[in-house]
Amino acid sequence: MSEARHAARSAPEAERDPGDTGMTADALVRTRELTKHYRGAIVAVNRVDLTVRRGEVYGFLGANGAGKTTTLRMLLGLIRPTGGTATVFGYPPGDPRGLARIGAMIETPAFYPYLSGRDNLRVLARYCQVPENQVDGALDTMDLTARCHDKFGTYSLGMKQRLGVAAALLKDPELLILDEPTNGLDPAGMADMRALIRRLGSGRRSVLLSSHLLGDAQQICDRVGVISRGQLIAESTVEELRGAASLMLTAQPLDEAARLAAELLGPHRVQRHNGQLHLDAGPADAALVNRALVLAGVQVSALHPVERTLEEVFLTMTQEDPNDQRPVG
Amino acid sequence: MINVLSAELLKLRKRPATRIIAGAWLAMNLTFGYLIPYLIYRSGSLAGPDRAAASGQLLAAVLPASLVTNVLNGYPLFGGAMVLILGALMTGGEYGFSTLKTLFTQRPRRIDVLGGTLAALTVVVLALNVVSFVLSAGASSIIAAVESAPGAFPPAAELARGLASGWLILGMWGLLGALAGIAFRSTAMAVGLSLVWALVIENLIRGFAVLLDAFDTVQRALPGVNAGSLVAALGAPGQGDGARGAPGVAAVVGGTQAVVVLACYAVGSVLVAGTLLARRDVT
Repeated sequence: MSEARHAARSAPEAERDPGDTGMTADALVRTRELTKHYRGAIVAVNRVDLTVRRGEVYGFLGANGAGKTTTLRMLLGLIRPTGGTATVFGYPPGDPRGLARIGAMIETPAFYPYLSGRDNLRVLARYCQVPENQVDGALDTMDLTARCHDKFGTYSLGMKQRLGVAAALLKDPELLILDEPTNGLDPAGMADMRALIRRLGSGRRSVLLSSHLLGDAQQICDRVGVISRGQLIAESTVEELRGAASLMLTAQPLDEAARLAAELLGPHRVQRHNGQLHLDAGPADAALVNRALVLAGVQVSALHPVERTLEEVFLTMTQEDPNDQRPVG
Repeated sequence: MINVLSAELLKLRKRPATRIIAGAWLAMNLTFGYLIPYLIYRSGSLAGPDRAAASGQLLAAVLPASLVTNVLNGYPLFGGAMVLILGALMTGGEYGFSTLKTLFTQRPRRIDVLGGTLAALTVVVLALNVVSFVLSAGASSIIAAVESAPGAFPPAAELARGLASGWLILGMWGLLGALAGIAFRSTAMAVGLSLVWALVIENLIRGFAVLLDAFDTVQRALPGVNAGSLVAALGAPGQGDGARGAPGVAAVVGGTQAVVVLACYAVGSVLVAGTLLARRDVT
């Protein structure tokens, strides 16, 4: 991207929305009690407070229908909130000064089926006042050069998805907003996309990534926000959300092991889980637990540290945990 | 907005529907404006006591001197319908392809997107209008040469008036089509209902206007009636003029009023489309 365009950014930054007094230098996106009601009754997004900082990959996680896409559409000015506020680069959503610095792909990529992939990007380059010679670079980045003269209507779902990302990259944006970018990709394509997003978010560029594929988010996101039924129920780093490692214990008899562990750690820190005990204790406590159990005659066949996956955390938060976890005691 | 105009012209140039509509309109214009009347004239098959006079009128209509009226004869009804489809395709297609969200997240404001789109439409309509005149001029010159008839074209002022009137008529229909595409958020509904309006409803109201004064008042405000009146004001034979008359051409109102009403429709279409596009969510 030209230096001229980066230099030109200082002017709009100086002209930030005067109402946006809470905007810090690092917060590119900020929402306050952002709300969207449909027909007065259906609450798609409910009082969401969300912050995306410069240089991070932010995972916006939620089940289908949780309100992810509605929130992203509000950030881009496609739909109007019914309550709350949002700023992007200090400007209201949809402001051309903000849009000039955003590349976005919302839901399925939408292009003209009668145009080639290259011509579709040429149209968008003209729209966003980007030199057309950047089209080929974007196509090359997404490995679409070989098929760039074919009509978009003939593309596979994965190719359409890649063209959507190529379009989002056209402006060399400071903020990429990608809504389910791995949809329709085969496993290799998903791995490539994860690597690309990680690479794109490694510098000063930020990525706001919406996904319900929690494995992807765990691998590539610095921070995540979890939305459920329209409400943001958590916003934190992936590590903080996953919490400290715990211990998984296999022993006989299990009831006696559970009783002793509860005495040692407290009942709320011991849970039964698929014929094992899940101990809310760090690896440093393993020797202590093991010694106490062995001295009491319990046969310990396995005691090892475990880390919760983001998926397990998510399911716990959204109260849809399929595993039968219940506290002991 | 210039960038949007440039992008929209690229889309229109590469869109097969544009070429099909333009080709169909130009073919219809030449076929019904020149080829068929000339073939009838050459066949000598006109019937009735005034067949010599009618035959002379047929030949006169396809000679260069009648270029303006002969070209514009087809605009109020057929040309308008074709351009109406084009306008509806341009805006309704954005909903059908879901591309509105792609365009609105680039950089231009919504109003600039609409402005560029409608500007591109009027540019294409102008080009279509000019090409119609050029092809018709060629056809009439060939006929004049074959028949050894006078080959002089109308004065430049008359040609300019004709081109401007044609642009206004086609532009108005195109903008109405674009408004329909935005209002119905689809192509099929916009094209279908717009054509029913232009080709059926307006004709029904015209028919009732003969019987009831209230309908006569209504018809004086209709876009098609005013388009036909503008063409009639330029000297084109109307529906009541036998073989020379074209459907939709009738001097119901004066030329000046027709220009004002058509301009109001054009401006009104832009304003309503802009309001709808600016206020609605893109889902």
